[in-house]
Amino acid sequence: MENIKFIIEKSSRIQKLIDNLYEKMPEIESARGKLVTESYKMTENLPIIKRRSAAFAHILRNIPIVIREDELIVGSATVAPRGCQVFPEYSYEWLLSELDTVSTRSADPFYISEKTKAELREIYPWWKGKTTSDLAKANMSPEAYEAFTEHSIFTPGNYFYNGIGHVCVDYGKVMKIGYRGIIQEAENALSKLDVSDGDYVSRSNFLYAVIESCEAVIEYARRYSALARDMASKELNPQRKRELEIISRNCARVPEFGATSFYEALQAFWFVQLLLQVESSGHSISPGRFDVYMYPYFKKDLDAGKITYEQAQELLDCVWVKFNDINKVRDAASADGFAGYGMFQNLIVGGQNIHGMDSTNDLSYMCIEAAMHVPLPQPSISIRVWNGSPESLLIKAAALTRLGTGLPAYYNDEIIIPSIMARGLTLEDARDYCIIGCVEPQKAGKTDGWHDAAFFNMCRPMELAFSNGYDKGKKIGPDTGDVSQMKTFEEFYEAYKTQQSYMIKLLVNANNAIDMAHAVRCPLPFQSCMVEDCIGRGKSLQEGGAIYNFTGPQGFGIANNTDGLVAIKKLVFEEKRFTLEELREALKANFGYGVQGNAAEKLTTDIATELVRQGVNVTEDAIRMIYDEVTNQTSLNQAQKARYKEIKRLIEEEAPKYGNDIYDVDMFARDVANSYTKEVEKYKNPRGGIFQAGLYPVSANVPLGASTGATPDGRLAYTPLADGIGPASGRDVKGPTATANSVAKLEQGVASNGTLLNQKFHPSALAGMSGLSKFVALIRSYFDQKGMHVQFNVVTKETLIDAQNNPEKYKTLVVRVAGYSALFTTLSRSLQDDIINRTEQGW
Amino acid sequence: MPQDIKGRIFNIQRFSIHDGPGIRTIVFFKGCFMRCAWCCNPESQNKEIETIIEKDKIKTVGRDVCVSDIMPEILSDLPYYRRSGGGVTLSGGEVLCQADFARELLKACKEEGLHTAIESASSAPFSEIEKLLPYLDLYLMDIKHMDSHKHKEYTAVNNERILENAKKIAESGVELIIRTPVIPGFNDTPEEIRAISHFARTLPCVREHHLLPYHRLGSDKYIGLGRNYSLKEVEPPTKEKMEYLLSVAETSGLKCKIGG
Repeated sequence: MENIKFIIEKSSRIQKLIDNLYEKMPEIESARGKLVTESYKMTENLPIIKRRSAAFAHILRNIPIVIREDELIVGSATVAPRGCQVFPEYSYEWLLSELDTVSTRSADPFYISEKTKAELREIYPWWKGKTTSDLAKANMSPEAYEAFTEHSIFTPGNYFYNGIGHVCVDYGKVMKIGYRGIIQEAENALSKLDVSDGDYVSRSNFLYAVIESCEAVIEYARRYSALARDMASKELNPQRKRELEIISRNCARVPEFGATSFYEALQAFWFVQLLLQVESSGHSISPGRFDVYMYPYFKKDLDAGKITYEQAQELLDCVWVKFNDINKVRDAASADGFAGYGMFQNLIVGGQNIHGMDSTNDLSYMCIEAAMHVPLPQPSISIRVWNGSPESLLIKAAALTRLGTGLPAYYNDEIIIPSIMARGLTLEDARDYCIIGCVEPQKAGKTDGWHDAAFFNMCRPMELAFSNGYDKGKKIGPDTGDVSQMKTFEEFYEAYKTQQSYMIKLLVNANNAIDMAHAVRCPLPFQSCMVEDCIGRGKSLQEGGAIYNFTGPQGFGIANNTDGLVAIKKLVFEEKRFTLEELREALKANFGYGVQGNAAEKLTTDIATELVRQGVNVTEDAIRMIYDEVTNQTSLNQAQKARYKEIKRLIEEEAPKYGNDIYDVDMFARDVANSYTKEVEKYKNPRGGIFQAGLYPVSANVPLGASTGATPDGRLAYTPLADGIGPASGRDVKGPTATANSVAKLEQGVASNGTLLNQKFHPSALAGMSGLSKFVALIRSYFDQKGMHVQFNVVTKETLIDAQNNPEKYKTLVVRVAGYSALFTTLSRSLQDDIINRTEQGW
Repeated sequence: MPQDIKGRIFNIQRFSIHDGPGIRTIVFFKGCFMRCAWCCNPESQNKEIETIIEKDKIKTVGRDVCVSDIMPEILSDLPYYRRSGGGVTLSGGEVLCQADFARELLKACKEEGLHTAIESASSAPFSEIEKLLPYLDLYLMDIKHMDSHKHKEYTAVNNERILENAKKIAESGVELIIRTPVIPGFNDTPEEIRAISHFARTLPCVREHHLLPYHRLGSDKYIGLGRNYSLKEVEPPTKEKMEYLLSVAETSGLKCKIGG
């Protein structure tokens, strides 16, 4: 018998909403793109902040609105379910070139009509030279731009091409005082200004932009109110008619005014959540501590007998479905990295309150129940765990884990709170943290975290250490010496760190160049009015209006580098089984295995392109020869190939591996991680804040692995890199406790932008009450050792293989990819393989 | 120093959740008195160090260790034992084949405050068992069959001493759980299960009887060892069958469950 709290029956409405949403492939719509272009053309004389609010208002007045069948919570950015709008002010070239392939690509396809294509082709040329992306490129040093675009050392592509997002605004404030109240705040701030103030112009422009944006949102909600009233008048089903009338009443009141009921509060919440994602294309718009700020409205209704648990649950479930109605089209390469239509709307429950007491309430459990009723990728639900967390909350969470949707993710207050305090947060603010996007902690309503600032591939500097700074025939890194001349391990390790530190410098330049471009071209008045202290300072979030400002680029490849360095130390320098020079040649030759498939095509193209660049005339015969060399390595003799294979075998079998609770190896991993985190934290951003590193790859370990050659840990070229801060795939053989112990030895607190550990479990490990409590004990034990985050894939290997072969049977199979959940069948084949091959922990 | 006693083990398995309470580490002892046809750890039976072929690779099975050699690995999961109420389980093979080593290992675990258990078929002189009892929190004892002839036919030993030991262990006051591997064709009739369960009921202090369904997960190891797996044709019992046998066992009044 399992005793799990808050098992509430799922209303039949919910499945209908889900089915309607998933009937068709998501679609790209042109309305926003056309409207923003129209508005920009009309406002060329205005300051940018006012152009932004004018455009936002123009969009909200004119964008088509729709109330879907059976909905209780309304508000959709697109007419088509799960559709997406476009944001040409950030970038557009990629979509322009992919218009004809976006519906047939393997990761995250979108339907697009010929009419929409034509409309987009018409508006796009006007944007040439005017986007944030154009300005970011102009701002960036050429070395940084090349390291990013040509050499894939790091990829800040997310913010280079899109909005920033990655914020948790003060939702509670909107519930409480409505946008009328925020307008009042802005007016008060205006009244305190004097026209003779030095910064009067910029401050007043910002505040007027806030007022215009809030008025536009109020008007938008009124459009929904009118639509619902109109639909109600035509509705024949009396129950639905009544529902539409209530929807109409709700939208007339919120979000203009404070919410007077739980239902109104949810509707107000949804408008905020939706419109943040209409103002900008930034993803990871995270609801944060939903259970905390929503609870007063629920409690009041419950105590007054106005709502039952069942009714409240149905409304919550409706919001859960709506989270999946928002979508975003990315370029094909990014779609591989963020596969699964990820929107990363992270909602967290439980944990300490600002006074250090436990905050768990009924809604904490009911949010988990909603995630059970609505087994879809959004929102990413997270659980805050601390020493005082009720066991029943964690058991409830474990029961959700057992369903195999990859949710929830677990976060550890006991390390995150001190970690972000060390970055300057007050104790109260640190206790009130939430999670943004994948795994990034921030204090809601006070922070511009710029989390997810870039992926930094730590294996690339390692390659540069072998090549003395050369990549694709070009010197891009500092001189660190020829490996054949290196006498000690320390010399080599130092070379790696020198290459890495230089690349981090370029990364910082790239990030700050992009940061400035957003401040200049896309400040966001609506988002800013809900983050302290933008109104007080009279400037947008993008210009440094927030109390806390960070930039958080995330490194990955720790396991590969650790295993490689340990192997080099032992096999090259201690046992002298082979030399560094030999290893360099073995890596170049991919350990004698050649390169196959897509990677072979890509490599052939790269080599041919490089030859053309050098002025060589490349004939078709030459291309065939290059391809033959790439795949069969005809220039190597059998003895060489055999020797390289032997080197790979030695590395694999004779060197100890990270992830097996081996103290010396794990401490090495700690040093490797610190070589990134402690370098990154030296730098500052243009918003007056600091850099703080994260350690997680989202799912970029697959696409960025595809541009990484063979590595000294024995990994073959172009295959995926290790995931998160966990061990390399299949190399942890001592079970989940040993893995967790290894990972806990990293200095995770320094990675205050978040760390990520994926564990994979067979459902049998969570069978029965005893399985659930042992699972909870496993999490708590990892957290006792100051692990920061852990998440689980609970699904059988057989299921995944079957899903790969019969995708039509598994349309809604959700797996945890890395920091978020995605629909398995929408992932690219290689990412599917990676998930399948991760060590299945347990029995 | 008794700490210097060497024991022969063949595996240490961490994060075990089916062999005693909580999250546990199992130390597998090498060597066994019995030769059960269904044994899922055939590499545990011979006392001698031997080789097994696993995934085309030769692997040595068995190593000699002192208590101090293996305590660090056992202790590395302390956080998990503490949170889950888990600890250490000695298994095999037969722990009682190396009772002196087992005693030192259990003693070292108790010194660190760990919960201790053994899994044993208990076909050994009681004097060997007595060595362990002061350091033992939980005794997981197999009773496979009440009929001595059939017992001998399938396991190579009679059951008289086992049943006698069961009584003495029960009287010693240690927590004792009786476990029965349910093997089709050997002991999977309601009569056979009922007999075991009712015998267990007569033992003082015994409150639980666990039925462990037969599985074939060890069959590849027989090939790796170059041995014949005689139960090739035997299918694992169905869920329905196990539930039926569970209801039969429950007539004894003991708390019964399927699985460990």
